[in-house]
Amino acid sequence: MHIDLRTVAIKPVRQTFDHIVRRFGDKPASRYQEGTYDLQQTDIFHYRPLWEPELQLFDKRRSKVEMKDWYALKDPRQFYYGAYTIARARQQEAAESSFEMIEERGLADLLPAEVKQLALDILVPMRHVEWGGNMGNSYITAYGYGTAITQPCLYHAMDHLAVAQYLSHVGLVLDGAEALDAAKEAWMNGALWQPMRRHVENVLVVQDWFEIFVAQNLVLEGLSYPLLYDYLDADFSANGGTVISMMTRFMSEWADETGKWVDAQIKVAAAESAQNKALISDWVKQYRAPVLEALTPIAARAFGDKADSVLSEITDQFNARCTKLGLVL
Amino acid sequence: MDMHAAKKKMSLKEKYAHMTRGLDWETSYQSPEKVFPQASFEGIKIHDWDKWEDPFRLTMDSYWKYQAEKERKLYAVLDAFAQNNGHLGVTDARYINALKLFLTGISPLEYVAHRGFAAAGRNFPGVGPRVACLMQSLDEIRHAQTQIHALSNYNKHYDGFHDFKHMLERVWYLSVPKSFFDDAFSSGPFEWMIAIGFSFEYVLTNLLFVPFMSGAAYNGDMATVTFGFSAQSDEARHMTLGLECIKFMLEQDPANLPIVQKWIDKWAWRGIRVLTLVGMMMDYMLPKRVMSWKEAWEIYFEQNGGALFGDLARYGITVPKCITQCTIDKEHISHQAWATFYQYGGAAAFHTWMPSDEEMDWLSAKYPNTFDKYYRDRFTYWREQAEKGNRFYTNTLPMLCQVCQIPMLFTEPDDPSQICYRESDYEGEKYHTCSDGCKAIFDDEPQKYIQSWLPVHQVYQGNCFPEGTDPTVAGFNPLAKVLEWYHLEHGKDNLDFEGSRDQKNFDLWRGMATKNT
Repeated sequence: MHIDLRTVAIKPVRQTFDHIVRRFGDKPASRYQEGTYDLQQTDIFHYRPLWEPELQLFDKRRSKVEMKDWYALKDPRQFYYGAYTIARARQQEAAESSFEMIEERGLADLLPAEVKQLALDILVPMRHVEWGGNMGNSYITAYGYGTAITQPCLYHAMDHLAVAQYLSHVGLVLDGAEALDAAKEAWMNGALWQPMRRHVENVLVVQDWFEIFVAQNLVLEGLSYPLLYDYLDADFSANGGTVISMMTRFMSEWADETGKWVDAQIKVAAAESAQNKALISDWVKQYRAPVLEALTPIAARAFGDKADSVLSEITDQFNARCTKLGLVL
Repeated sequence: MDMHAAKKKMSLKEKYAHMTRGLDWETSYQSPEKVFPQASFEGIKIHDWDKWEDPFRLTMDSYWKYQAEKERKLYAVLDAFAQNNGHLGVTDARYINALKLFLTGISPLEYVAHRGFAAAGRNFPGVGPRVACLMQSLDEIRHAQTQIHALSNYNKHYDGFHDFKHMLERVWYLSVPKSFFDDAFSSGPFEWMIAIGFSFEYVLTNLLFVPFMSGAAYNGDMATVTFGFSAQSDEARHMTLGLECIKFMLEQDPANLPIVQKWIDKWAWRGIRVLTLVGMMMDYMLPKRVMSWKEAWEIYFEQNGGALFGDLARYGITVPKCITQCTIDKEHISHQAWATFYQYGGAAAFHTWMPSDEEMDWLSAKYPNTFDKYYRDRFTYWREQAEKGNRFYTNTLPMLCQVCQIPMLFTEPDDPSQICYRESDYEGEKYHTCSDGCKAIFDDEPQKYIQSWLPVHQVYQGNCFPEGTDPTVAGFNPLAKVLEWYHLEHGKDNLDFEGSRDQKNFDLWRGMATKNT
């Protein structure tokens, strides 16, 4: 059945803004398009930045990667602010109700001691790694080029802050504020975490924003998330630690979703030119080694004598992913 | 029975501290100076970042929850507005020109604020201000996008909105707001916080954001006013951040005071100059007026700002030194600006007009000391000429101030019949400014302000024509070519409101929507 409401029909003068028309033709545009394309200024700047006088405020020369059109790097999720917050609000509602149930019923007290200790040793200190991810992505938001990639990098930065806060919450649930102090101590001084901390700090001083994107969003996340939120998560579930899985569900869903976005960026940038492809491939090789080195003691703590095989499976999957994106490793 | 009851429930403050403040650490594999390279070059001394008081304590999950709820409501209204031709409900099509000024002059700056706060959110060594700045960065892209989405429907039906990013970078009066944000972003992170976080968001927001949104409410524009209400709680957060930031800088080291005071003086004046455009909008462009510019200035700056600076006096901060000049200017600037836009209406991307008798009576009542004495006769004469078919457009270009980039339209503080000019010498060249305030800013940082891309200079240097233009051909019309380079459609985007396509379409469509013939 169909009913037909009548409205006063007015023929619009144009369908969208000219910069959108120049890209897609004069037809109705999506909110993602109108809220993203060509929003960053490109042409005329008044003053050289006091903090980098050799460049303009927004300047393509802040990365060695070159694109004819930086807006080729579109977000497959089509996240503008509204779409992004509404998507995350749904996820946080699920996470919130998991945490509520666990806290109200004291479910964390039922965890086997060794599972709980493993989560305290491995998951909680990762909050600092996440904070590094926030810093890298906020750098890209500030100094990257073109709203198509800088916009989702801010969402990614805030997601990392959120993950850091979820991990802090896990620590609070498992062992109160002491859990966070112990994790900080391990992060600063424990042998297990020093290779990771060194790597995270090294990425904090990288200048080329696309290099940070590769080091952080492709390599570090691409290797550490499967280790923690697939393999370790499966072990938790198998050993009576479903409660941990409930508290980290956001992270595994998030890694799937954001991985697709990261892939789209790398694929398009690498396909643009042989030079980009070589550059990005080299960065992947350059950062894969220290990340694997940093994950080795963590994997050993988590998987014992299975650690080598877990890491090599993850590495193989990661390499296959990169090859599929057009990189040569 | 409940063994978990023994666990003490944490206060919100404690919980937030654990979730956020503890995330940071002092780096040792890389030096803090390399990790935070912008932290010290401006001369601001911070001894203990942990003394920062978080002005609001939002974890990301609550941020998403609150903001998503607001977004759902806002977009429901925007959809309904578009579906039901909400634009025909505004008081009068002249009102839509205020929105053009907003979309071309303000929304792209919300975007720059987003990038600048992301930079501040990376560059401060303290975790507290970083998180707060990043949330503001996120809010600012929200504002840029929701404004574009709210005005998208107007763009479909009216002229002047269609190429706002291209115009922002080129059109003469849009270099006023653009250079303001370029100036702030090209400074260091601390000056950015005084410029945007404090002066713009705290001291001046009630004179910028509020007049546009109240104007929308008074003139039946449901899309824009819904955006305004939706952004209100964000703006309140931004104000608290700006205030906390200035207090923190002043509490950390007494040596910060002169630097902060200099920035307050500079950015108050920079901001007030930009507000000239808002004053003109309030007094001339709104068919249904909210209040006069002078009244807004008295309430929001003289009264509220006075209380604020009273509060800051305990740190040694004094009221911005431009205040004497502003007290004189409040009686004049809106009239002077509108007179200028009326004359240069051929090169503006919105329509201009002369006020009706009734509107002039309103202006006389609101400006008893100045309107009749200095402006009414001129406006009446222009209107009479227009009625006789001699609508006046000037075909020359105005001289611009080297700092604020507004045409030299302001008058001497002691003589409203004399245009005010100031002049500085720097490295053998002369530079002109519109006021003592702008001259002081120029003289303090001449190496910065000699870089200004002044639209009029650029036109005269031949840098503002479409590629391939040959200015030597017979009958060359430079203004037409400049408009082409602006992407400003002559006869549609510019000229008088009377006879414009906007006026005709609005009447036609409103007729279709309200009459049966």
